[in-house]
Amino acid sequence: MTVRSTIVVLWRYAPIFILLAAWQMASELKFVPDSLLPSFFDVVHRWLEFLADGEIAKSGTFLWDAVRSFFASTVVTNTAASMWRGMVGLGLSIILGVTLGIAMAWFQKLRDFFEPIVMISYPIPKPALIPIFIIWLGLGHISKIAVIFAGCLIPIVISAFNGARGVDRYLIWSARNMGTREGKLLWRVVVPASLPDILSGIRMALAISFILLVSSEMLAAKSGLGFLIFFLGESGEYAGMFAAVLTITLLGFFADRAYLTIMRRILIWREE
Amino acid sequence: MAVSDTQAVAATGRSGGLAVPSPLVILKKYYSVLLLIIVWEVVARLNLVTPFLLPSVSSILKGVYKATLEADLIRDTALTTYRALLSFCVALVIAVPIGISMARIRVIHWFFDPIVSIGFPTPKISFLPIFILWFGLFDRPKIFLATLACTFPIVTATYLGTMGVDKYLLWSARNMGTSENSLLRKVIFPATLPQVLNGAQIAMPISIIVVIVSEMLMGGGGLGNYIMVAQRFADSVSVFAGLLVISVLGYLLQKILEKVRALVLHWHEETQHESK
Repeated sequence: MTVRSTIVVLWRYAPIFILLAAWQMASELKFVPDSLLPSFFDVVHRWLEFLADGEIAKSGTFLWDAVRSFFASTVVTNTAASMWRGMVGLGLSIILGVTLGIAMAWFQKLRDFFEPIVMISYPIPKPALIPIFIIWLGLGHISKIAVIFAGCLIPIVISAFNGARGVDRYLIWSARNMGTREGKLLWRVVVPASLPDILSGIRMALAISFILLVSSEMLAAKSGLGFLIFFLGESGEYAGMFAAVLTITLLGFFADRAYLTIMRRILIWREE
Repeated sequence: MAVSDTQAVAATGRSGGLAVPSPLVILKKYYSVLLLIIVWEVVARLNLVTPFLLPSVSSILKGVYKATLEADLIRDTALTTYRALLSFCVALVIAVPIGISMARIRVIHWFFDPIVSIGFPTPKISFLPIFILWFGLFDRPKIFLATLACTFPIVTATYLGTMGVDKYLLWSARNMGTSENSLLRKVIFPATLPQVLNGAQIAMPISIIVVIVSEMLMGGGGLGNYIMVAQRFADSVSVFAGLLVISVLGYLLQKILEKVRALVLHWHEETQHESK
């Protein structure tokens, strides 16, 4: 990164730094009591403590201990628990959703069967499903994964369906004319051509998965960032609570950014 | 080509306008949903699973009916609707000016752009405990949080809409002597309106979701609270009844917003095309 581009990035995100500085100033000058808004440095300090609080049996080797302690720390274990749930739920919904969406566009019978079901489940506010999944699957990992799976499935099905349905007919006809077999046609023509729609559907699902993850962990869990936020809030440990909220905020932001980068990479062959 | 076009139009049912589908057509179209309901009912009736896990459809409908008579469901529905709509409207009032001025004034764009780009993809619901700390335990944290969550999509849509206003529109209006002030009111705002409404249509379900999750977590009435309490009492019928009411509410609010859109944009091409 050149000096110039560094300055551009800093200038772009300067308002964030200004806000953080204002936050710190407000606490330093006692505009707001610490009980309502712990200072920014306190929050960062607490976050670093959470990163260093991993309790392990010392093995003697400093570096190895440091690595193990890092992975046993509050921040890392809870982030890992949340990420694991989110990724499994989202991953499953992508696999099933894309398959179902494309199959619905390809086979009229499947479309007739599933389209009304999809349309009826679309407007259900997904977090309202959490209590039902707790009844069905209990309080462990599985109920959270199932909620995320169910919540992300419908938008992905719809986007894959719309994408596959909108594939240019001439593409399909030309591929057939040039001797592509039906099985390959789906994989080599329909899937790539509907990829832009599928990928933007997955982006929407990514945002939904974060909402469902946090709310289901807040409602009933013994680990994860949502649990951490609520637990610390209820025990009055506000600096820690802010630290946990900042962690999930940054995680949501960077997940979206990383996804956008990957999406652009995948779609690099597209015109425009 | 022309033939297939008319066929496509006929298939979507827009061209006829008057054609009311017969019950048989509806039955054929929604047979899978009916099948699902029937299977559900049969499975529940035969006690293949306990009613705790899956109460029958008829008992859920009965549950909705009974709870409606006892008025608590109506009160909770009204509470949730009030919270969601109020947050939605406040968010509109805040977000539209921000979005338009972001597109028109450089400093404001500079200030809000990173905030929106960081704030939009993050799960706002994680701020709930902070909002409880700041605004207490009753309506305010729920409404403020839902307002915050709704603001981002509306700001983004309004900003993009204002940026995309046709330059020739602006030039011609200026040439014909429109003052800068009425330019905003008479040209820019109407031209942005379709995009603003797109943002609003994204924000509406978000507002319902945030309100319901806050109610589930904090209590204080509302449908979210209703299903959470029912779940704690292992009253599955009420959990499903609550879910049904929430879904219908979400669907209705979305439909109403679509009607409002058609009404507000009655002059716009998209509405004119549909009525033709």
